[in-house]
Amino acid sequence: MHKLLVMLLLAWLGLAAAQEARPLAEDPVLEAKVMRIAEELRCLVCQNETIAASHADLAVDLRKQIRLKLQQGQSQEQILDFMVQRYGDFVLYRPPVKSSTWLLWGGPFVLLGVALIGLALSIRRRRSQAAAPLPADEAERARRLLGEETS
Amino acid sequence: MKRYLLPLLVFVVLLGFLAVGLNLKPREVPSPLIDKPAPAFTLARLDQPEKQLTLQDLKGKVWLLNVWASWCVACRIEHPLLVELAGSGAVPIYGLNYKDKRDDALAWLAKHGNPYVASLVDAEGLVGIDYGVYGVPETFVIDKSGTIRLKHIGPVTPEVLRDTILPLVKKLNA
Repeated sequence: MHKLLVMLLLAWLGLAAAQEARPLAEDPVLEAKVMRIAEELRCLVCQNETIAASHADLAVDLRKQIRLKLQQGQSQEQILDFMVQRYGDFVLYRPPVKSSTWLLWGGPFVLLGVALIGLALSIRRRRSQAAAPLPADEAERARRLLGEETS
Repeated sequence: MKRYLLPLLVFVVLLGFLAVGLNLKPREVPSPLIDKPAPAFTLARLDQPEKQLTLQDLKGKVWLLNVWASWCVACRIEHPLLVELAGSGAVPIYGLNYKDKRDDALAWLAKHGNPYVASLVDAEGLVGIDYGVYGVPETFVIDKSGTIRLKHIGPVTPEVLRDTILPLVKKLNA
């Protein structure tokens, strides 16, 4: 009796586990597509995670939506549009270049430019300092301090 | 003295950025739905599941759509304020009962009070997705033509109600 119970329990566990994994096994190609699109989208609940990585309820729901729309034959572009209409450009990990995002896209290059100009200026200043010859009396003193023979 | 000027300047600029960063609210993502037609819905009423309500039924008046759920802890913070607002009759409040169980939702309303003219059942959260809901509670102000005029994310505070929502409702009703 006991053995039977244990076996039944094990069988049930096995079934439960099989059920858990089914969506993936059902159509691995579709699931890969869902995940590829989900990687492009930011989860609004945990903002530094993609919808692919997040376990938030909303992320699960949105993955379900992506799967449904792919099954309906929608393209990646249509699905991303659907998300942007509802949540704004913020959901895209690669936001479009437009007037409100040019600082986001251009900012790093502007900073790089500023840094390069700063570097160039500082190099030039250093070079001009090195080029200035020591006045004769200071040069004489330096030689003496260094213990060299005066010529 | 002069050699300290540049580092000081850099420090002050950095401080400025950090101060602004501290005061930003990255959780409040601006909704693209503002000034757009509210997404259509046909949903069952929580109190009378056999009856449905659509967006069309609500045209012609200014109303609030408040997204709530019995599992939502933050909803409890704003709830007394909503009950009070409903009592004042300033604006009708409709609830969107988001991803909730009917029994839990009804029990919650019985316990905390029901400020809603009607609550709409969005058990799957699909209408929530159409409205770009990502953090319950959320509150929308929708005008007579069915256009979304405001979205407030998080619990409605007395300040937001007094300074933003009520003046807007008044303006839209004028």
